[in-house]
Amino acid sequence: MSAIRRLLAVLHARNLEFLRDRATLVFTLLLPVILVIGMSFVFGGPQRPLFKVGVLAAGIDRESHPFLQEHYVDFIAMPLRDQALRKLTHQQIDLLVDPGPPPVYWVNTDSPKGYIVEKLLLAAAPDAHRQPVTGAALRYVDWLFPGILGMNMMFSCLFGVGYVVLRYRKNGFLKRLHATPLSAFEFLSAQVLSRLTLIVIVTVILYVGIGAIIRFHSVGNVLLLMLLAILGALSMIALGLTIAARFSSEELVGGVLNLITWPMMLLSGIWFSLEGSPRWVQWVAHIFPLTHVLDAARAVMLDGAGLAQIVPQLLFLAATALAFLAFGAWSFRWRID
Amino acid sequence: MSTPIIEVRELVKQYPSTTAVAGVSFSVPEGVCFGLLGPNGAGKTTTVEIMEGILPPTAGEVRYRGEPLGARFREEAGILFQRTALQDFLTVRQSIALFRGLYGRGLDVEEVIRLCALEKLADRDARKLSGGQQQRMLLAIALVNDPALLFLDEPTTGLDPQARRNFWELVRSIKAQRKTIILTTHYMEEAELLCDEIIILDRGRIVAQGAPRRLLRERFAEVLLELPRHEFPERARALPLRIIDASDRVEITTDDLEGTLRTLLDAQVPLTNLRIRPANLEDLFLELTGTELRP
Repeated sequence: MSAIRRLLAVLHARNLEFLRDRATLVFTLLLPVILVIGMSFVFGGPQRPLFKVGVLAAGIDRESHPFLQEHYVDFIAMPLRDQALRKLTHQQIDLLVDPGPPPVYWVNTDSPKGYIVEKLLLAAAPDAHRQPVTGAALRYVDWLFPGILGMNMMFSCLFGVGYVVLRYRKNGFLKRLHATPLSAFEFLSAQVLSRLTLIVIVTVILYVGIGAIIRFHSVGNVLLLMLLAILGALSMIALGLTIAARFSSEELVGGVLNLITWPMMLLSGIWFSLEGSPRWVQWVAHIFPLTHVLDAARAVMLDGAGLAQIVPQLLFLAATALAFLAFGAWSFRWRID
Repeated sequence: MSTPIIEVRELVKQYPSTTAVAGVSFSVPEGVCFGLLGPNGAGKTTTVEIMEGILPPTAGEVRYRGEPLGARFREEAGILFQRTALQDFLTVRQSIALFRGLYGRGLDVEEVIRLCALEKLADRDARKLSGGQQQRMLLAIALVNDPALLFLDEPTTGLDPQARRNFWELVRSIKAQRKTIILTTHYMEEAELLCDEIIILDRGRIVAQGAPRRLLRERFAEVLLELPRHEFPERARALPLRIIDASDRVEITTDDLEGTLRTLLDAQVPLTNLRIRPANLEDLFLELTGTELRP
């Protein structure tokens, strides 16, 4: 009986503590709601189309051609012809159409879905000019590989540093450091560098290890990938530190980290491409550093992109790393208030 | 008169439900051991943490060598908090070396280890030290920058008597190097032994300030008589004596021991458990605030 009494006493105290921690309480209640709403936006709505057709245009005007009014076909505007042809070669789209006039289309003769959707097109536009291309479908595992590396990096960056800083704050180690000449920026930078080294080593091991198992060979420059991994990890570590910069509650920090990691998991393109998803989803996805890491990594690894092609992503990652670190240092708390 | 090494002016620290420090001013000359005394909750630690620059005051200011606290202060101050956790999995030597690396100048790590008698513990996991050993390591960390000003916040709380005496010896050797020490404590013996000057805090205010001996001389006659409270009859309170009530005893101060004893005997106060001793800081605190220092 005394054990139950002690258990109930601890349970009661814990409940009180939880209920009095308003921020954590509100967050705990809000997180499932946000996740449910987010999932319903991404996966809800009408059934997904059977075919993906690229249209060489800045936007899709369904009235401009009868073919563009077909059902169960997802028409994706692709203003850049080279990029669109690369996707067709990899069978990431089933057909590429230039509505013209004169209408021209490219079909991958190695693609079964391309064969069927070509029939649909010719029914609507018998005079369309055919341009055949060939190319084996990109293996899903090749496409997924950068995503897995990126996901591992994301978890290690966000959770690995946030909780450590929180523990230091809670046990008073940060307070002791505060009594020395050490600045917040210095402390945070040291944490970033320590974690960065670890993450780069782990990512290289995973790249080599998994790459060997799945027989993956990057068509792009490996050193460029290393630069990308460093900047990506920097940005995400700095994001983790920013979150841990001032809070003192494990529950709150854990909740905020979950709030960030779950949308990143879903929207950064780890598991599936967001091509063809609503414009706002893609806009939201590009807030996250991981989206930029994966876009650039796939461009280098799968399409052989060079430095010039991924400069925008590298700049985004470098800028966000600096911004997060500066904000983290500015809002940093050495001790529990 | 030379500039004090550290000066506190009209310090106030207000929390939503309480005022921890309510307008405290004092200055500390270089080379002294300066004590802040008071019971738990008197505002000692809050005052000291504001002086250390890690807690912002609500009002007032702290000046180090005539200037607001800044980079120079952080370089030249050594601090031992009441409770400090260090990084996990580091040895004593590594923990000291970590802090040595945070300062531009200071002592050699091995020298600090020797100074604090940590030679045999230097390679031990810092988490696996006894209370006294832990405090010696934290003192070593506080000394690693060869500070001009050393803060010791209740350094011997929770230590056994032997460890406490060993720690006092260490502090006396540091004092001998003419370093300025600011010590908070609620152990009167500690303050009497180590401090050249003290302030006594109660409810966030200074209730007395000066050299311990001088304060005692000013407030107390030569001796103090202690009687168990339950043996002290109520009628005896009407006697012409200076009586102070403590929790379990009654204290009478006097400079006429024989006369006082005669008065008590005449009033038939039982003297079997009478103790006669000189007054100490504990008595001073009781006299000033009406409450005992130790909870």
